[in-house]
Amino acid sequence: MSVDSRGRMLLAALVALVLTVLPLPAWLEPFRPAFLVLTVLFWSVYAPRSGGVAFGFFAGLALDVFQGPILGEHALALSLVSYLAVREHQRFRSKPAFQQALIVFPALIVYEFVLFAIDGWSGHPVTSPLRWVHTVTGALVWPPAAAILAYGAGRA
Amino acid sequence: MAAFGTVPGRSLQGRGGSPGFRFTVYALLSVVAMYLDQRQHYIDQVRYVLQAAAYPIQLAVNSPPAAWAWLRETFATRQALETENARLRATERELQLRSMRYEALERENGELRGLATALPPVADRWLPAEIVSIQLNSLRQRLLVDRGALNGVFKGQAVLDEHGLIGQTTHVGPWSAEVILITDPEHAVPVRIERTGLRTIAVGAADTTSLALPYLPANADVQRGDLLVTSGLGGVFPEGYPVARVTEVHRDAVQPLAQVRAAPLARVDTDTEVMLVWFRADHPAAPASPTAATPGSGSLGELRQGNPAMQPQAKPQAATPPSVAPTTNGPTPPTAERGAPVTSPSPSNSPSDAPAAGRPHDVPAAGMSAPKGQP
Repeated sequence: MSVDSRGRMLLAALVALVLTVLPLPAWLEPFRPAFLVLTVLFWSVYAPRSGGVAFGFFAGLALDVFQGPILGEHALALSLVSYLAVREHQRFRSKPAFQQALIVFPALIVYEFVLFAIDGWSGHPVTSPLRWVHTVTGALVWPPAAAILAYGAGRA
Repeated sequence: MAAFGTVPGRSLQGRGGSPGFRFTVYALLSVVAMYLDQRQHYIDQVRYVLQAAAYPIQLAVNSPPAAWAWLRETFATRQALETENARLRATERELQLRSMRYEALERENGELRGLATALPPVADRWLPAEIVSIQLNSLRQRLLVDRGALNGVFKGQAVLDEHGLIGQTTHVGPWSAEVILITDPEHAVPVRIERTGLRTIAVGAADTTSLALPYLPANADVQRGDLLVTSGLGGVFPEGYPVARVTEVHRDAVQPLAQVRAAPLARVDTDTEVMLVWFRADHPAAPASPTAATPGSGSLGELRQGNPAMQPQAKPQAATPPSVAPTTNGPTPPTAERGAPVTSPSPSNSPSDAPAAGRPHDVPAAGMSAPKGQP
């Protein structure tokens, strides 16, 4: 993968990070999709060599700095998600956007479950069901988000 | 990496080996990072650097609201400014009138306590800080303020606004600090009911506008409208600062504990500035510092070595009586079931060192440490 594509990847990650930490009204907050996770998924699937596990790890580390109770929590969850995405990237890519969204949903569930488990083990349990809401909205915004990310990656 | 069997021939062997291998490496790295962050605090330095790196992004994200506020301020009408000016002048006059007798009362108070000279105020130094960003949802209630270690801010520092307690700093970067609000579900603040002197713990409820008092027995003397002030226990907040007002008391015949809710006095949603406070360590009203605890308490010493990450409130101390001590016939305070920050007071303290409720300075630990500084 060229340097150019790596730059686009980082830019996409930065935009996603900003969207993730952008202040929202409190009632809207639980519905905010995990933009950075979607971005990592996209790059792991469409450019598994420049994206992939390392990208997931460092994106997760950034999330940890912004909103993690302990360092490494989001990093672990995102490494896992991007590993799964890289492994299944060929099968995933061949699907239409709608079916992709159906696969993104369990991927987000896996991601949130890892966070949930680590939160519990590390003594910051948040058992509110609201924390799972973003998995649904994330799957719903996947088709347009993937289209935008593909455009940003210069593939459209 | 048999555990992560990648399909051979997929030609993803980049510089770092197969995805499975890379995942193993990064997963191990994350787990090590989590372990170090949670148990050892070795990577506080790393966090400090990362927080510094994150600050520009946080500033940038916050710039549209900041720009909007600036625009509004710039184009404020003359009339609005005059109104505000008049209001400020009225407030100032009122405050001056109220503080007129302050000096005399302070001296009187000192004489009553048998001290040769009046005590200086417990707050040593104030530093206003602007709120950079606010995270207010049911899961996390944090502020980011624009003062950091370079301004002398430290971890576990009390943060107030002009109405009451806001919270304490959790992560401190060079130019910024994260403040956990008292309404955060992970936060607990030791309080005293001002009317009765009854001490308890106020825990952040799952919504942004209320605190819960989960450890009050059903027969506790608490009413709607009671003022909660900091009790000075816990080692972070000094004694006597207003925290919240009780809004709801629900007593259920079958429940051993009363369900009490309180609304915080600080107005985080409208504040743009908060105050970081430094306190005189040798003042009787200062937060009981962990070093002031009496030695020779074996089991409590072990408690003190507990995981500090799980105890944003300072650790329990030898001289800290159980918070529900005045009602000794009530149930023992339940161990904090949510884990950590809710450091429930150790029930192993003898009830004899529980002071009578309602005394002006019922802070035993601070009381013990105070004479060192006083002639």
